Amino acid sequence: MARYLVLRLGQALLVLFGITLVAFVITFLVPADPARMIAGQSATAETVQRIRHELGLDLPLPAQFGRYLRHVLRGDLGRSYAQKVDVAALLRSRFPATVELMVAGIVFELLIGLPAGILAAVRRDSWLDRTVMVGAFLGVSAPQFAVGLLLLYLVAFKLQVLPLGGYGGLSHVLLPALTLGIAGGGWYARVMRSAMVEVLTQDYVRTARAKGLPGVQVVSKHALKNAILPVVTMVGLDFGTFMGGVVVVESVFGWPGIGQLAWQAIQIVDIPVIMGVVIFSALAIVTGNLLADLVYPLLDPKIRYQ
Amino acid sequence: MTGGSDAALVEAVSRRGTAVPRRGRPPQAWDRLKRNPLALAGLAVVGLVVLAAILAPWVAPFDPVEQFPDGLSPEGRPLGPTGQFWLGTDLLGRDLVSRLLYGARVSLLVGVLANGAALLIGTMLGGLAGYLKGWTGAVFMRFTDMMMAFPALLLAIALSAILRPSLWIVALVIALVNWVWIARVVYAQMLALSSREFVEAARAVGVPTGRLLVRHLLPHLVPTLLVWGTLGVSTTVLFEAALSFLGVGVRPPTPSWGGMINESQSYFLDAPWLVIFPGMAILVTSLAFNLVGDGLRDALDPQMRGR
Repeated sequence: MARYLVLRLGQALLVLFGITLVAFVITFLVPADPARMIAGQSATAETVQRIRHELGLDLPLPAQFGRYLRHVLRGDLGRSYAQKVDVAALLRSRFPATVELMVAGIVFELLIGLPAGILAAVRRDSWLDRTVMVGAFLGVSAPQFAVGLLLLYLVAFKLQVLPLGGYGGLSHVLLPALTLGIAGGGWYARVMRSAMVEVLTQDYVRTARAKGLPGVQVVSKHALKNAILPVVTMVGLDFGTFMGGVVVVESVFGWPGIGQLAWQAIQIVDIPVIMGVVIFSALAIVTGNLLADLVYPLLDPKIRYQ
Repeated sequence: MTGGSDAALVEAVSRRGTAVPRRGRPPQAWDRLKRNPLALAGLAVVGLVVLAAILAPWVAPFDPVEQFPDGLSPEGRPLGPTGQFWLGTDLLGRDLVSRLLYGARVSLLVGVLANGAALLIGTMLGGLAGYLKGWTGAVFMRFTDMMMAFPALLLAIALSAILRPSLWIVALVIALVNWVWIARVVYAQMLALSSREFVEAARAVGVPTGRLLVRHLLPHLVPTLLVWGTLGVSTTVLFEAALSFLGVGVRPPTPSWGGMINESQSYFLDAPWLVIFPGMAILVTSLAFNLVGDGLRDALDPQMRGR
């Protein structure tokens, strides 16, 4: 167990280092002049040169990367070129909004995906099964931004029961979370159904039925316990992917999270912010994967840490 | 993933961002596909979209970039569906039907190019790593771990913003973030294949490595690549639409479905059809490729049926 943990942590660190390096090289290649951006259009050539020197932008790529890495290890992600604030502080201020959206999104995914998947598996090859599966395909094939805009139009504009985007209480998070839930729920339904179909054909489930347990109990108490395992993995991974993948939904709903921050930074080539978001989301993805891997053997004794 | 043998999970995880079918003989596979109404419906829709893309210049009622003075209301608003403009007009008075038909070209071209490139890179890297095993395999696995932890959409947005999007660049960017999943599947299959007896026999009679890889091993991967290639088009169509929606995809005036929604976003409460019609086009195309891919998997691997 200890050896496994050390090995996985080592791999995780290696992955993070690699991502930081690749992201750094990409931003280095950007045909924009950060020193000129900070100095403003009216600044003299000397001022621009001085800022370039202060930021170390006149150093060769390996030296710049070494300098950046040393700062990151101390928790310093640099300052935003445009907003003149610490990137770490920017990330911290946007983090709660994204976590709120992410948790609400996962709740919707589970609320839509799990019952649909279980029903489809229990009524396998029936019209209900087929309807659910086509529905799941519809969910995963729908472009999130169009679903989001349509929900805004119908629920917020026509029915006027929820706000037209923006950030605030529970009423604000419902539509963006539902948008995430419709696409994600489709994947959860497929995974849940597939796992349930496999478990329902196993001997212990047949034994439970043979001793006269009602079908509902067999499914909810005996089968679900094992069939839920892949879903746990998926939730772990979702926490990571949502951290960097909610750009579209945050942009449609004007949700002030990490995704919006990244999107705005990319448009004005605010490199420290872009780098910060990439490292932060990669950290979230790696942590999500690691947690999923560590929790899995606890739930399924058949699997050992290796 | 520990114990991650579950096919549906692998698919769900990989394509948000698909299963490993075993071999099946093509004739039987086609017979099975023919009995799957959903897959056939998907195939029909795919055919229609392909036709629309190819025949756009001949079947489109108008030029997709021409701005019609009578395409706007006297107050300058876009028109809803009329007798002249069947699905209405956009903010600049351009015909929506024509733009949708031409938009199919961008979606399909990017879908096919990006997928082709991702399949090529993924098969070559994953196949070689799986055949060579050992150190090469270990380095390959760590590298793909890294690529999978890279926030894909962010990477794509950043690259498109830097590289100034043309259709080719958009396809290349999507391929760069999508090849890794195909590579992992090919790697796993190659690892299993390369320890089989027929490979050893071929080596023993002195078949050169290149020929062994292409003539003896590659054919075993064809069903997998077929399924992944089809399902991948669906993912790619959505990806391209998202990039265009954010304004970093194929640039105007070239009509693309995601871009059409981007252009009308600020006006959609007054003209919801400007979002609904392109959105439907994306949904139907993506759904059709998903249905065909899913049908192919069932057909190529009877054991996967209904899973």
